[in-house]
Amino acid sequence: MRDLNLLIGLAMGLNLVALGSSRLPSIIRATALQGVLLGIMPLVLEHDIGWQVVAVAVATALGKGVVIPGLLQRAMRAAHIEREIEPFIGFVPSLLLGALGTIAALAVARSLPLLPEHAKSLLVPGALASMLTGFVLLIGRVKAISQVCGYLIFENGIYLFGLLLIGSTPLLVEAGVLLDLTVGIFVIGIIVDRIQRAFDSLDTRKLTVLRE
Amino acid sequence: MRALLLIIVPLAGALVAALWRSDRSRPWLLPAVGTVHLALSIWLLAQPPVVAPAAWMGFDPVARAVLPLVSLLFFACSIYAVAYLRLRHERGNRVFVATLLAVIGLLSAGHQARHLGVLWIATEAVTLAAVPLLHFNGTPRAFEATWKYLLVGGTGIALSLLGSFCLGYASMHGGGSGDLTFVALAAQGAALSRPWVLIAWVLLLAGYGTKMGLAPMHTWKPDAYGEAPGIVGALLAGGVTTVAFTALLRVRAVVGAAGEGATADRTLLAIGLFSMGVAALFLLGTRNFKRMLAYSSVEHMGILSIAASLGPVGVFAALFHVWSNGLTKGALFLSSANIRRAANSASIDEVRGMAALTPRSAMIFVAGLFAVTASPPFGPFFSELLVVRAALGAGHYLAVLLFLACLLLAFFGLSRVVFAVVDGRPRPATVASSRRFVETAGALLPPALLLGLSLWLGLFTPDALRESWTAAAAQLFPAP
Repeated sequence: MRDLNLLIGLAMGLNLVALGSSRLPSIIRATALQGVLLGIMPLVLEHDIGWQVVAVAVATALGKGVVIPGLLQRAMRAAHIEREIEPFIGFVPSLLLGALGTIAALAVARSLPLLPEHAKSLLVPGALASMLTGFVLLIGRVKAISQVCGYLIFENGIYLFGLLLIGSTPLLVEAGVLLDLTVGIFVIGIIVDRIQRAFDSLDTRKLTVLRE
Repeated sequence: MRALLLIIVPLAGALVAALWRSDRSRPWLLPAVGTVHLALSIWLLAQPPVVAPAAWMGFDPVARAVLPLVSLLFFACSIYAVAYLRLRHERGNRVFVATLLAVIGLLSAGHQARHLGVLWIATEAVTLAAVPLLHFNGTPRAFEATWKYLLVGGTGIALSLLGSFCLGYASMHGGGSGDLTFVALAAQGAALSRPWVLIAWVLLLAGYGTKMGLAPMHTWKPDAYGEAPGIVGALLAGGVTTVAFTALLRVRAVVGAAGEGATADRTLLAIGLFSMGVAALFLLGTRNFKRMLAYSSVEHMGILSIAASLGPVGVFAALFHVWSNGLTKGALFLSSANIRRAANSASIDEVRGMAALTPRSAMIFVAGLFAVTASPPFGPFFSELLVVRAALGAGHYLAVLLFLACLLLAFFGLSRVVFAVVDGRPRPATVASSRRFVETAGALLPPALLLGLSLWLGLFTPDALRESWTAAAAQLFPAP
């Protein structure tokens, strides 16, 4: 349990790194590192490690930690954009939101009716904090790449919550879920590529023709 | 096995389409698969198979009550698609045809999913598979619509996964064995942890509600329907939203078994009325007839949500409305696609006098307007009447009043746009662009067929369908 909580604590710290940095490469790196940490977690969590657990771990670490960040970096280089300028929610306010959110997540998780074996774990607060971080990035940033990172961190939070169930539900479903999520981001990555070709700026603020 | 063929045939068709060499003959795969799919689902409707209670997939009463409609809609769209893709021969159709077939296969899987996880995977896969369809036109506006669809839809689908996890945790908390089929979850009943069931319901309503396009999660809809080809709009409005709706019905049954049915019904009623109100207001303001259809779809999703909150009688009415709305919307989307193509614009500031330029499509469009605004004797009139009766029976008088007021406002909004498009004297630019468009049989028969079916559904609702809706309502509300 202590090893797991250490990993989750690190992942929660990376949330704050992602919220506070203006350079896109460091957001991507933080997201990638978080993905790798998430990949290690099932190995620490399960006592008897079968091939299914190993498969989930490897797929998570590869997908969230290597493949998607690689795609994001490619998109970033293609568009010659390195920085997030003029976000909707500034970096300091985002950091404050993230810090307050982390504290709130710890408080909320205590009041949720958890099973005794999960009560001491940081899984639920970690999940809530990551979802909140993802949400702040998703709505607070204007560059498509930061938004995709936000979406990824949001999904990481959901994955953390899903780890509560890894012992009881068939892993088949978990693996399918994982695959789908990865593909989802993959498609978003392709779209980013397309938007860049169509708009040459990766600035979602320019996506304003369609409104009522 | 027959039920699995509904999924396998289209997916195999998608594979064939991806490998098929000729752009000219590839679109014919669509009606071929569409015919097989329709025949299979009618056969299954007439002779339903026995579904094992613990099965993860199966043509159960809920699937039987809805899937034949999706099949019918796809059949009409597949015929239209041949004519449409011939007109758009300048764009390759390999991806379009393959993904359209994949979408219908995955929709069939989603409707038949009896397992929380399988249902989510199918819905997620449909969401992703629809992406290439949305930006088929390749314009910057289409990319913008696709981006919004992905961000909003992606968040929605993520929330529904989180909701599924919470429902799984509710089961685990209650000592569940980890079996996440809806049957097993409902069998746990009051043993499910109530707080987690409620959290799960809120998240699943938000998640699948986004996919359905309930307000305030509907923001992707006008953009997507406005920029995508008409067939895609028809399939999204009649097929994809339906998967999300049956998903909510199945989850609602579990929440009901856990003893929180009344709470779930209240939220469904509130979000349904809110959707109808938002849609009615936007319908009064929109100046684009394809976006108008999107708001009309939001309105009808609201009606479905209200009906779903009214117990077994309401669910019967809701399933009836799924059919009548799906068929009517299909006719509207396809006929408006003809008008859009002939006029080369979808804005009522630029398009008028289409009764003179595309007389037959305009006729279907106007008849479709009356059908979708619940004029007798079309299907929507009878299904909405049932919804009103169910609501009165449950004593929701204020809700009925709001419901009728929204219908009236929506009628004003819709008729304002439709008659602006149809009446008047066409602009010279519209006359010039409409010369390049011929109202072929392939572009007219599918919407006419769907409209005729909507009329038929209203006048002579087949007993087999009535029986299937009753059976589905009985599955969702088992007698104690």
